Amino acid sequence: MSEYVLETVGLGISFGGLKAVQDCNIKIKENEIYGLIGPNGAGKTTVFNMLTGVYQPTYGTFYLCGEELKGHSQEVINRCGIARTFQNIRLFNNMTVIRNVMVGLHNDPKYSCNFFESILRLPKHFKAEREMRARAKELLDIFGLLEDRNQLAYNLPYGKQRKLEIARALATGPKLLLLDEPAAGMNPHETEELMQTIKFVRDKFDMTILLIEHDMSLVSGICDRLTVLNFGQTLAEGGVEEVLNDPAVVKAYLGD
Amino acid sequence: MEFISAIISGLSMGGTYAMIALGYTMVYGIAKMLNFAHGDVIMVGAYMLFVAIVSAKLPVWVGIMIAILVCTIFGIVIERLAYKPLRGASPLAVLITAIGVSFLLQALAQIVFGSEQKNVSALMINGSLKLGEVSIDYSTLVTLAVAAVIMVALTLFVKLTKVGRAMLAVSEDRDAARLMGVDVNFVIMITFIIGSALAGVAGVFKLMKSPAVTPTLGAMPGIKAFTAAVIGGIGSIPGAMVGGVLLGIVEAICLKTPIAAYTDAIEFAILIIILLVKPSGLLGKKRREKV
Repeated sequence: MSEYVLETVGLGISFGGLKAVQDCNIKIKENEIYGLIGPNGAGKTTVFNMLTGVYQPTYGTFYLCGEELKGHSQEVINRCGIARTFQNIRLFNNMTVIRNVMVGLHNDPKYSCNFFESILRLPKHFKAEREMRARAKELLDIFGLLEDRNQLAYNLPYGKQRKLEIARALATGPKLLLLDEPAAGMNPHETEELMQTIKFVRDKFDMTILLIEHDMSLVSGICDRLTVLNFGQTLAEGGVEEVLNDPAVVKAYLGD
Repeated sequence: MEFISAIISGLSMGGTYAMIALGYTMVYGIAKMLNFAHGDVIMVGAYMLFVAIVSAKLPVWVGIMIAILVCTIFGIVIERLAYKPLRGASPLAVLITAIGVSFLLQALAQIVFGSEQKNVSALMINGSLKLGEVSIDYSTLVTLAVAAVIMVALTLFVKLTKVGRAMLAVSEDRDAARLMGVDVNFVIMITFIIGSALAGVAGVFKLMKSPAVTPTLGAMPGIKAFTAAVIGGIGSIPGAMVGGVLLGIVEAICLKTPIAAYTDAIEFAILIIILLVKPSGLLGKKRREKV
């Protein structure tokens, strides 16, 4: 077992001649909240896409708890334990809130029943369904969504959609949770609430979290360590205070 | 009275169309492709019934089992060999491939069985139920009952099982579903299995009404059922049922009037009118445009 939950080694990707991300080395310890920040177009979401199998890295590789995951497809990586949310919310809009979460629970062996048991509607099928539903309700309760469980995801207000995305990702039982701009479009009050939720998730689920964020109050409020990307390259990394006061980082954000 | 029996025979024809339309609509909704070879799988089923019942002289129910099984296998093979390699290719390439598979199946049937008509009369159910002045063919009753049971079962399957839920998730957002650990290839495979099995059932329905089997047997019902799926709103399961039944009733009524020769034209005209008024079909989802 490796001491890091996530370790990327020289991770990089080229689109044609453009090196979108180069030599990215991130090491995240268990139970850490790690921030990935940088100006627009720095390549942050590209890193997420490589870590979840949406893009195949051109250079380098990455490990989850010591297991190399490079080259696997999205669903395999998810099953190995990386789950994510999206910058633009991508819920299953025309499904109810609870069914969104139940899709996330899909692969949990606890609720397994094979195809024939389902088709023939054997007792095991109903038992698995009942347990899945109960687990989904627990998750929704944690995020204050229990009351809304039978609504269509599309009809939820924005803040709740963000929370539902996190709940759905957690339902897949990840070791590492990737949050892509969780506070985007939230007001300061909602952001404050979100920070509490993220901390709560970390403590309650013993989760390790990597997040992309522009909101500096959130970043400095909850992150343990940071990496700053600029033009696809690592500009700085380390503790929050130290990184945010780094002259190179200030320059990248504010200009000269 | 004649009008009522026309509607009832329309319901039975509609049940057959709905059965085929379900295959179109599920594959479209989940794999986002139009499987124009779907109608020809019905033909494969009909020839299997011929082989099993007429050539091998097996009992009728064994023949039906074999036909449905072979259709399912054809569905899997077609999906694996022709469509899976094109996952992510342009929709047009997939469409052309589907048309190619359709021709391939028809040509294969012609090579193997010849182009002359074969007859399977064992499935014909003669006689009818008389209720006062209305008479309903037994075959109509059987078709209606089987179609209704299958539709209810399918709706429950999609609503209540894990695989059904995964299907809905894939049809909503394939990439997000993959990132939640859903095996998209498996889900698409199941969809093809269900669709092809239903095509097999439709082949049985077809031979209950008329015994003729030809290599192009599936072409016209396939196109009609596609029309039904579009009328109902392609991608929507209840839509396929509504569209199928509607088309069946229109067809049955037209056939009893002096303009029977124009039945096909009238059906397609109805398609055009419905699409003009409601472009997403009767029960289709509206596409929301976000600004």
